[in-house]
Amino acid sequence: MEMFVMIAGAALFCFMIFRMYPAAKHWMEHGPKAEQGDWQAAIIPLAAVVGFVILLIAMVRM
Amino acid sequence: MNRVDFSVASQAGSTLATNKLIKNTYMLLSATLVFSAIMAAVSIVAQPPSIIAMVCLIGGMVLGIFVLPKAANSSAGLGVIFLITGLLGFALGPMLTQYLAMEKGPQIVGTAFGGTGIIFLSLSGYALTSKRDFSFMGGFLFAGMMVVMLAMVANWFLALPGLALALSAAVILLMSGFILFDTSRMINGGETNYIHATFGLYLSIFNIFIHLLSILGVMSDD
Repeated sequence: MEMFVMIAGAALFCFMIFRMYPAAKHWMEHGPKAEQGDWQAAIIPLAAVVGFVILLIAMVRM
Repeated sequence: MNRVDFSVASQAGSTLATNKLIKNTYMLLSATLVFSAIMAAVSIVAQPPSIIAMVCLIGGMVLGIFVLPKAANSSAGLGVIFLITGLLGFALGPMLTQYLAMEKGPQIVGTAFGGTGIIFLSLSGYALTSKRDFSFMGGFLFAGMMVVMLAMVANWFLALPGLALALSAAVILLMSGFILFDTSRMINGGETNYIHATFGLYLSIFNIFIHLLSILGVMSDD
């Protein structure tokens, strides 16, 4: 039964990837391109998320 | 003179529409998160077999892919989104029961819950206050999500703990990016339907919670 569930889940994930492909292709080909400073503005909060997760890990290990 | 007046009125109308969209999205998001938490609590008490939880998870995703896009422009969309979030919340039950049975379980679940809330509020607040357009991240986020999903499917069969941990970290980063992306699309007019916006943000929060829980569970000393 567990293998059946795994295969059903894998099939659903593959279908979701198949459904996501046109959106991914559209955004990669026609999406707006980053201007100067855009990536920096995105990377700073994402780096803060990484730091915060490390802090949470330290909290649960205490 | 009239042209100037029309331009000012149009801008004010657009700002009003954006504010209404943001307000409706956050209200619906709050309601769906509370409903999801109630369903998760029901699931913890009822202790359904894991196959039922898996069916709820698959059912929720199928409704999200096929039914929600058609129903989102009508009042039925509200019922559908509550059904989806209820199913996804119920699907969390067996996983939460497993974590809560660990020695540090309640602390891990509480930390993941609080951590997810802080990550979402900080990122969404940052996107709202900076008013930056993060839509340039779209291609990177969608492509990254596809790669991570493929690797996840492979790891269900390979069962490599190191890869699972790396994928959880990648999902948290990608979903954090999606929060910036979705919030900025609401502000900049890329998304005008609050049910779609709510579903996107809900999925980001749901995935961050699950994967944060997984990382904290592995990294704790239990």
